[in-house]
Amino acid sequence: MPRTDFATGMTCRVCGKLYPKSAINFCVDDFGPLEVSYDYDAARPALTRAELARRPWNMWRYRELLPLDGEPTVGRDVGGTPLVRADRLADALGVERLWIKNDAVNFPTLSFKDRVVSVALSKAREFGMRTVGCASTGNLANSVAAQAASAGLETFILVPADLERTKIFGTAVYGAKVIGVTGTYDEVNRVCTQIALKYGWGFVNVNLRPFYAEGSKTMGFEIAEELGWRFPQHVVAPMAGGALIGKIHKAFTELHNIGLVDAPVTTKMYGAQATGCNPIADCVKSGRERHKPVRKPATICKSLAIGDPADGYFAAKLIRQTGGWAEDVSDEEIVDGMLLLAKTEGVFAETAGGTTVAVARKLIEAGRIPRDEEIVLCVTGNGLKTQDAVFDALEPPATIAATLAAFEELAGLKAEPVLV
Amino acid sequence: MAIRVEIPGPLREQAGGNTEVAVTGATVGAALADLVRQHPALEPKLFQNGALRPYINVFVNDEDIRYLDEMDTKVTDGVIVALIPAVAGG
Repeated sequence: MPRTDFATGMTCRVCGKLYPKSAINFCVDDFGPLEVSYDYDAARPALTRAELARRPWNMWRYRELLPLDGEPTVGRDVGGTPLVRADRLADALGVERLWIKNDAVNFPTLSFKDRVVSVALSKAREFGMRTVGCASTGNLANSVAAQAASAGLETFILVPADLERTKIFGTAVYGAKVIGVTGTYDEVNRVCTQIALKYGWGFVNVNLRPFYAEGSKTMGFEIAEELGWRFPQHVVAPMAGGALIGKIHKAFTELHNIGLVDAPVTTKMYGAQATGCNPIADCVKSGRERHKPVRKPATICKSLAIGDPADGYFAAKLIRQTGGWAEDVSDEEIVDGMLLLAKTEGVFAETAGGTTVAVARKLIEAGRIPRDEEIVLCVTGNGLKTQDAVFDALEPPATIAATLAAFEELAGLKAEPVLV
Repeated sequence: MAIRVEIPGPLREQAGGNTEVAVTGATVGAALADLVRQHPALEPKLFQNGALRPYINVFVNDEDIRYLDEMDTKVTDGVIVALIPAVAGG
């Protein structure tokens, strides 16, 4: 079997100290985040366009750039979502070339989190872990529960107790132990860190986080491949913890490094948040080096309601370095964004997708994103999970008697005389 | 009674193997100063040029000190100060 393990270890993003691949997410000298590093020279001949053409259309086609030691054992069918050319939304936003990367139809749980969880749980099994878990705003909970069920792992999932019902049920159905914590996501996250440190269980976004986050790169790999092995000029991504936006950019950089895309990466990265929880957007807009944490997020966009994002510093830095920008939008604008996307493209995204569309509109109108260049919007979750957000904005369906005449009256059609 | 500082696993070696260290001081800053006085090997792990490192969070009875008065947050006997790595979640 050809070699696929090109991840050489982990590097502290603060001091550069090297670590072997193990279940730890921070540097023991300065607590800086650890980032997986690869031997790109060795991976280059293994991951060619010819080789990729023979592989199935899922995220594991890029496995040389994912941090597993062997074959994936969890989530083998994740990824491979469509990049949808969005001409009707483009018209509505007044731009020429626009695409939606639609992870609202990711498998198995309809969000981009399926990508990160398949890597984290495959890694957990390589480490011999039997119990896994996560701190979640919902989508991650769904994905960990589903994929852990398929792998027969014991699961503890901690979520803010006031989460959308759909997201709580969509976790419990898989048999996971769902624990609602009275507090914000950041408080849930702190408790999970304490549990992971004490018991050594595999918390996907705590001690497995370096591996977990790498899964997000596959969204970037797919975007470039679906565009015909090139990079878009602008990418707008939602930001919660701030990791996704950085990983999409890392994916582009890696594709260039290993020669799958010749042109260097010049993509400008834009981050989207809700005004009710905008630490990273505020950091970018105010020119602060580090974000100011938000103690009590207040937005309908619960999936982005992380007040103290772990990758806030790096996301803001990347946005500045690439020449992009960040913006935040009100709950009303988020709902408008969801409806606009649904009505123009037939894509029902969750609140985070509405946030991304609304922020893109704001950035285009402000002249931050030019109207005549290529733009990709990242839709990361499915609207069926956050139906309450749009419920009040939609007219309830009309009810009529079971007669043709009643329909014609309702539809404003002139009733023809009936021939006998 | 004293102020109790909870030491996370990766820092225990520098804290003499203790999971918890009793300290004194009127503020978080003073309490942590007493902690590194008792266990000097912790100083470079927690501080850089006299300031708390950015990827370690400090909690007083489960509240992040950034939402209180940061290092000037008042502490009294019996409170628990927890040192928790920040790079998690999302």
